[in-house]
Amino acid sequence: MRARGLLLPLLLLVAAELGMRLSGTQSMALAAPSDVFLSLLSAIGDGSLLVATRDTLTVAFAGLAIGTAVGLAFGILFGLVPPLNRLMEVTIEAIRPVPSVALIPIAMLALGFGYRMGIAIVAFACAFPMLILTRAAIAGIEPRLFEVARALRLSAMQRVFKIILPAAFPRIMVAFRLAAGIALVVAVTVEIAANPLGLGYGILIAQQALDPARMLAYLVWIGIVGYALNWALVGAQHGMFGRAGGAEARQ
Amino acid sequence: MTFRGNLPWRIASFAVAAGFVLLWQWIADLKLVSPVFLPGPDRAWNALVAGMTEGDLATKLVATVERMIWGWLIASLAGIALGAAIGISPRMRAYVAPMLEFLRPLPASAIIPVAIALLGLSDAMVLFVIAFGALWPVLLATIHGFSAVEPRLYEVGAALGLTRRQTIMKLSLPSASPDILAGMRLGLTVALILAVVCEMLAGRDGLGNWILLSARSFRAPDLYAGVILLGALGFLSSVAIDWTEQRLLRWRARAR
Repeated sequence: MRARGLLLPLLLLVAAELGMRLSGTQSMALAAPSDVFLSLLSAIGDGSLLVATRDTLTVAFAGLAIGTAVGLAFGILFGLVPPLNRLMEVTIEAIRPVPSVALIPIAMLALGFGYRMGIAIVAFACAFPMLILTRAAIAGIEPRLFEVARALRLSAMQRVFKIILPAAFPRIMVAFRLAAGIALVVAVTVEIAANPLGLGYGILIAQQALDPARMLAYLVWIGIVGYALNWALVGAQHGMFGRAGGAEARQ
Repeated sequence: MTFRGNLPWRIASFAVAAGFVLLWQWIADLKLVSPVFLPGPDRAWNALVAGMTEGDLATKLVATVERMIWGWLIASLAGIALGAAIGISPRMRAYVAPMLEFLRPLPASAIIPVAIALLGLSDAMVLFVIAFGALWPVLLATIHGFSAVEPRLYEVGAALGLTRRQTIMKLSLPSASPDILAGMRLGLTVALILAVVCEMLAGRDGLGNWILLSARSFRAPDLYAGVILLGALGFLSSVAIDWTEQRLLRWRARAR
């Protein structure tokens, strides 16, 4: 099963290598896989790739943390107080469809270039899925649990931490995985579009320096970072809930 | 988002939103936040009206919409066709799906520099990037939809002597349509984002370029007018997909 999955990428790599070597193409956009690999090694070797990765992940994780906290807080609040949810509906639905990248110029004016700009946009992008899905997770809690909470005379805080969060946790974790994926995508996108730091800026500079091997090396690396992040989150989810929890959460 | 007996709530909800706009106006009037990057809603609205009537904001809106729609249509057609070809055969899935899963978390915007190197700062580049980015959600959703078709349907199809083509058109495609539409909805969001980013980077005429240039020349009201239009665009495309989904999937609701 695994081996069959590897066959196609390997064939494509060999075909690309042979095609580039045999035709002797000198392109500004394409490079042989072996050259890309060497370029990747040299970018790791001189530290530039690792610095860029650190910058991108700093922006992505900080934005994710802020966006998740805000989204979670409002999601719980709106989930628990339906009238408030209904009152805020138009406001939320008016802001939510604004594409996160449309905030880049506003962030440029208000915050200038640097970490803060990226973090603010990532936080905006992560907050809404977190809010919507947390709200849905709380709406989906078995109503009898609330009756139990009432019978036990739990305080509001106790209800949130002992009943609501544990019951909604598997679905909130799914929302978090989604938000984490968004965080990386938005972080890289902001860097490509405007912010002069991180992996997105690195790939753009490599393109402008007409160095296709380095550009593709960055692309491959961004792919690896994205894959590793997703892998770690899926692993964490399985570790926390086991196979059954993962299956329930995927619904 | 239901409308059953919710009218008072809706009105109240609009009133709350209006309250926030008033708060925004108040903050801007008192200059609690620098007017350089927070103009009041009145100035943003005036810029929007002036841009749409006297300026060329309308043509920029149309340019962005065209890019988004064309890229999305190409991506949807290619995604459904490829996804059907891969999803219908378990063997194809075993060979191709792992590679697609590896590529899935790759941010679509990372392909922009590569596309610029290949195609230059052209409209073809923008279209390519949008189509590429919007392809993934549709492709993966279609593969999933096709692989999740109830096996008994195929047994029925075989018993009825359906050809392969008929099987796809009459059984697999309708059965996978909720997944496909969900993928297309995501694809449309991606298409709008990529259209804006490409316009910013490649300087193609459109709303993305407009808001970036407005910010660079400190024309904050124009910037907010552009952002408001982009928000409206995102909202309308989501409403349009909702509507299509309801019409196309009506048979499904009825069957339940």
